Amino acid sequence: MSAARELAIADLRDRIAALEGGVAKRKVCLPFGAPEIDDALPGGGLAYGALHEFAGGGSGTVDGAAAALFAAGIAARTKGPVVWCLTRPDLFLPALAQVGLQPNRVIFVEAGKEEDVLGSMEEALSFGGLGAVVGELVRLPMVASRRLQLAAERTGTMGIVVRRWRRQTEANDFGQPTAATTRWRVSVLPSEELPVPGVGRPRWFLELMRVKAGECAEFCVGACDDQGRIDISPGSADRSNSARRSVHS
Amino acid sequence: MPAAKAQALFRGLMLVDADPAADARRLDMIALWALEYYSPIVAVDGIDGLVLDTEGADHLQGGELPMVTKIFNSFHAKKLTARVAVADTWGAAHACARAIKRETVIIPTGKTFRAVERLPISLLRLPEKTVADLRVLGFQTIGELANTPRAPLALRFGPEVGRRLDQIRGLIAEPIDPIRTAETVQVSRNFQEPIGAAETINKYVGRLVVQLVAELEKRGLGVRRADLFVEKVDNTRQVIRAGTAKPVRDVAWLTKLFRDRTEKIEPGFGIERLVLVAAAAEPLVEEQRISSLVEEEVTDVTPLIDIFGNRGQRVYRLAPVASDVPERSVQRVSAVAEAIEETWVGHWRRPVRLLPHPEVIDAIALMPDHPPRSVTWRGNRHKVVRADGPERIFGEWWRRPAELEAVRDYFMIENEHGERFWIYRAGDGVDPETGSHKWFMHGIFA
Repeated sequence: MSAARELAIADLRDRIAALEGGVAKRKVCLPFGAPEIDDALPGGGLAYGALHEFAGGGSGTVDGAAAALFAAGIAARTKGPVVWCLTRPDLFLPALAQVGLQPNRVIFVEAGKEEDVLGSMEEALSFGGLGAVVGELVRLPMVASRRLQLAAERTGTMGIVVRRWRRQTEANDFGQPTAATTRWRVSVLPSEELPVPGVGRPRWFLELMRVKAGECAEFCVGACDDQGRIDISPGSADRSNSARRSVHS
Repeated sequence: MPAAKAQALFRGLMLVDADPAADARRLDMIALWALEYYSPIVAVDGIDGLVLDTEGADHLQGGELPMVTKIFNSFHAKKLTARVAVADTWGAAHACARAIKRETVIIPTGKTFRAVERLPISLLRLPEKTVADLRVLGFQTIGELANTPRAPLALRFGPEVGRRLDQIRGLIAEPIDPIRTAETVQVSRNFQEPIGAAETINKYVGRLVVQLVAELEKRGLGVRRADLFVEKVDNTRQVIRAGTAKPVRDVAWLTKLFRDRTEKIEPGFGIERLVLVAAAAEPLVEEQRISSLVEEEVTDVTPLIDIFGNRGQRVYRLAPVASDVPERSVQRVSAVAEAIEETWVGHWRRPVRLLPHPEVIDAIALMPDHPPRSVTWRGNRHKVVRADGPERIFGEWWRRPAELEAVRDYFMIENEHGERFWIYRAGDGVDPETGSHKWFMHGIFA
């Protein structure tokens, strides 16, 4: 009975994969290394050859600091050069080097307009052979995100969009659908307690808001270490801080 | 001024005979240099100037203003004074470059005539006798001359005055006859019937690139700057320049650079000739790729960098600089520069976003070495729950004398919502010599 069901499910999976196009077969994933997060993602990690979208929460919607560092940590764990497209050059590279993204690997493409960022991202995604392509964007229309997703699928490069708005009130734009495979919101949490005065390891509240063929989930994680890895924070059972999150959704 | 008078004014004046032939030779050399770096169409203008058609080429220098600044600076480095002007027409640029007191000027499109109407008629490129005769008649400026009826002027001085006036306003075309060196590699294609469709242009650009690459291969060269001259049936010409970061002899790569910009070509009534020129070429030898089973292949991203560069976007990498001052610790380097091994030292955490300018904040703090209890930034009050610091950074006296005593004390603070900021106090909190003791916001942590 169960064997027959598994056979049927496997058959259905094959048919869906065929519908998604031939590329979907060799889709591989970049695991986070934290079982709780990897289990929530189909394939056990962030898929290469797909578009992922990160946004900040609270004041992070404007500065996008946590989202950018989360993206940098993921890019650091890929192999090959990283192209980072932006319009506002206020990224401080020493911080990125501290999560394992070496300055040699990052090529910055600074454009004057948002549309040029989209164009550069698409060009870089369809070039192939890169580790990841990161773009900092205010608006991500459906059509543009679809183009980026298709370009990423063709070459198997990971596309990452860091959403960064001009004002905190504009951030409800994140409710608009896009073609991204996963969408995350990264908000800052108070850092881990230290036995002495000082700031401990930063913690983030990760919300997996949408994932294709998966379910939404929420995690409290410790921020990227010097290899770009995150892990489930030991304090995540403590839900006292959940009342304050997602003020803007 | 006669030589005798000058000698009377300046003691020990050195006199050198003018050597127009040597001047012209030197000017030709400068023209070839400009051809390589700045523009596909360069010609010598008079006895003391160069004219460059930079349309479609300035994006490689980052725009018109960076381009003229770069040109001026490269002359300035050789202790030569240059005047650079950008205008819609050759005539206007000629007049403005010789009239301005500043080093560089850019006349906005459409403002050409307003810029030149106050200039004296001697800048109109007319024969000296004509200028003198016009002065006798009371004409001083180009504007006065332009507002006079044409017919009497043409009757008295011939068509030259009217022609120059029209040229300066761009009413009639004034093609620039570009210089070429003997060894420039160039391929061309004439069309019996004018072409205009984008697909046709793409097809022939592709064929020209194949021919050019074959020529370059014979000579062992790779192209750094390639120009596509589009000559149209109405005797106008458009040029598209593509630059590369490294010498290139790859058909697909070069074709992509030109095809990206086919939409910029305005065929008008049709194109009768396409010319592809390797304006700057460098030796490129074949090299054997090491085939290894163990080592992973590193992707060469130079074609991608060229695509971005030719779209007019700034492509760069960031490299560490040995400086403790945060805003000086990063510099932009070329995207194809050699890999740099060293990285930033220090285990102190650094913010992800660095504000372009530190912003003054209000802070309540116990001096000298306690972090603030609360800070007010952009009108929002943040209560400090946790803090780390101070990390003391001293001024770099070898750069500016004012920094001899300067000190910054950096703190990392966290408010009750978990937002983390990088703030500093100018000064060490005791000695007013070291700084104003004001607090500044400098960065945002993740």
